[in-house]
Amino acid sequence: MSERAVVLSAPARVRMTAGFYADAWRRLRRNPAAMAGMAIVLLFALAALAAPLIAPHDPIEQDLEGRLLPPSAKFLLGTDDLGRDLLSRIIYGGRTSLSVGIVSVGLALAIGTLLGLVAGFYGRWADSLTMRTMDIMLAFPATLLAIFIVGIRGPGLNNAMLAIGVINVPIFARIVRGSVLRVRQEDFVEAARALGASQGRLLRHHILPNILAPVIVQSTLGIGSAVLEAAGLSFLGLGAQAPTPEWGAMLTNTREFLRDAPWAATFPGIAILLTVVGFNLLGDGLRDALDPRLRQ
Amino acid sequence: MGRYLGRRLIELIPVFFGVLLVVFAIAHLTPGDPALVMLGERATPEAIERLRDQLGLDEPLHVQFFRYMGRVVRGDLGESIQTDERVIVELGQRFPATVELTLAAMLVASLVGMLTGAIAAARQNSWFDGASMVVALFGFSMPIFWLGIMMILLFAATLGWFPISGRLDFTIDLARRTNLYVLDGLLSGNWAAVGNALRHLVLPAVTLSTVPLAIIARMTRSSLLEVLRQDYVRTARAKGLAETRVVTRHALRNAAIPVVTVIGLNVGSLLGGAILTETIFAWPGVGRLVVDAIFARDYPLVQGAVLMIALIFVVVNLLVDLSYVYLDPRIRYG
Repeated sequence: MSERAVVLSAPARVRMTAGFYADAWRRLRRNPAAMAGMAIVLLFALAALAAPLIAPHDPIEQDLEGRLLPPSAKFLLGTDDLGRDLLSRIIYGGRTSLSVGIVSVGLALAIGTLLGLVAGFYGRWADSLTMRTMDIMLAFPATLLAIFIVGIRGPGLNNAMLAIGVINVPIFARIVRGSVLRVRQEDFVEAARALGASQGRLLRHHILPNILAPVIVQSTLGIGSAVLEAAGLSFLGLGAQAPTPEWGAMLTNTREFLRDAPWAATFPGIAILLTVVGFNLLGDGLRDALDPRLRQ
Repeated sequence: MGRYLGRRLIELIPVFFGVLLVVFAIAHLTPGDPALVMLGERATPEAIERLRDQLGLDEPLHVQFFRYMGRVVRGDLGESIQTDERVIVELGQRFPATVELTLAAMLVASLVGMLTGAIAAARQNSWFDGASMVVALFGFSMPIFWLGIMMILLFAATLGWFPISGRLDFTIDLARRTNLYVLDGLLSGNWAAVGNALRHLVLPAVTLSTVPLAIIARMTRSSLLEVLRQDYVRTARAKGLAETRVVTRHALRNAAIPVVTVIGLNVGSLLGGAILTETIFAWPGVGRLVVDAIFARDYPLVQGAVLMIALIFVVVNLLVDLSYVYLDPRIRYG
């Protein structure tokens, strides 16, 4: 084989093409735990999307006559302290919780990826400045920082999303920077540079597509933990405000009637737990599928 | 080691500076006039002006920041809006409760987590391995505020084994020295108080330990599996050593570094989780103080508490780094 042919074939082997993702999907499909995770995530996502069609009752309408009713044929999971149907509130609550997870991770993804790209690609002071700032943000316990931001900005879903987004920025920035540092050493980037590709083109066409795998994994795991953080904030009264159905907020005052209506405290928690388990299983599976070398 | 320690301590200075800057910056994200927000709509213009003056809000931002830094360095975190008490005093009163809770949770998480992970690794692919890793997955994904409520429902409200909330029954008389009640009980030989404080501690500590426990168990398992594949472990086995001895004496110590890192990193999640746990169990610590202060718009108190917790976290991370030297003599620092 000639020298030139070797150079040309190298990128095809290293670069993450459509074939790479097809292979990853095949590996993912063979992983039962990951498939279980995906099924859970899809189930909750579909239920949230179809909430108006499948929720048996209005999630906000109060019926003070029917307070704290146990699970029955009419109210499958019982009612809460204001006589609202728990099942309907959990189905609608999924809309809130999943939206918060997706929006806040989207925010962190956008900002974190940009910062990580700049730090890893341009290096020098851009790298030092960005990464030292990220280190300082990581010097705060994440939940504490989120509570602090919402506490100062004022309770509410928008501020909760902002806070959860902010605490996730350093995680994405670090992952992206690390991947960029690895990818920019690769021969195909050198080759593109030698062919006269501009920096923008290098970033968009050669580096970005090759750092997607860890970003996809982190986004999946991140949505799970964002759902958890958001529920925690809402539980404290800092996230979703009444009467918006949200899983964490649904647990806030359940302690007061725990003995009389344990179902009101039980089911919203199971919804949070299952959703987060789903995202974690899927995220772990994606990591194995996208980077088989990491599999243990 | 001395030089290394010195360098690490000097490196803390910019981190402290950065943490202060972030706290200051976020504290200035208040929508509108902080003095108005803190005092409420019905405050008189004079009261607002007085508070603005007291907080130095009319100064340029950089002047405010350097003034703030100067005060913090002298240990002055301002005064609570609600009680007029110095923030550092308020925090000092609540701090022992949080320390007791997080230490207990860390102890549970480390011991149970390492033991579970070690057994799971030593018996890879056994039913115990499978079951413990499924439990760990659920523990890792657990909304601890919900778990706390479920614990109260089962162990306090239904079975009556543990108290629902608080740190100590009012009927118990305890000489308070450290305000770590279990320790105070031990120091004064007051066994009734020790037992009572421990009974109050069990549910909050177990709740708070759940997430780090799961992470530590997973980390111990994977780290130990890696070590058990090494040549020197095969040598130890070939010498005819019992499997327990191979695992405990040869493998565990070498598997400890990533585990210690994870334990250290989880101090952060514990301090964050303490806010939720203290709220559920009415545990009178710094976490609950923060939440109460937020709803009372007592910003100096919120700001002081956040700053203190973050600085503690930074110091703990340094201690974790330093502990590597003891765990692995191959790591040398110049």
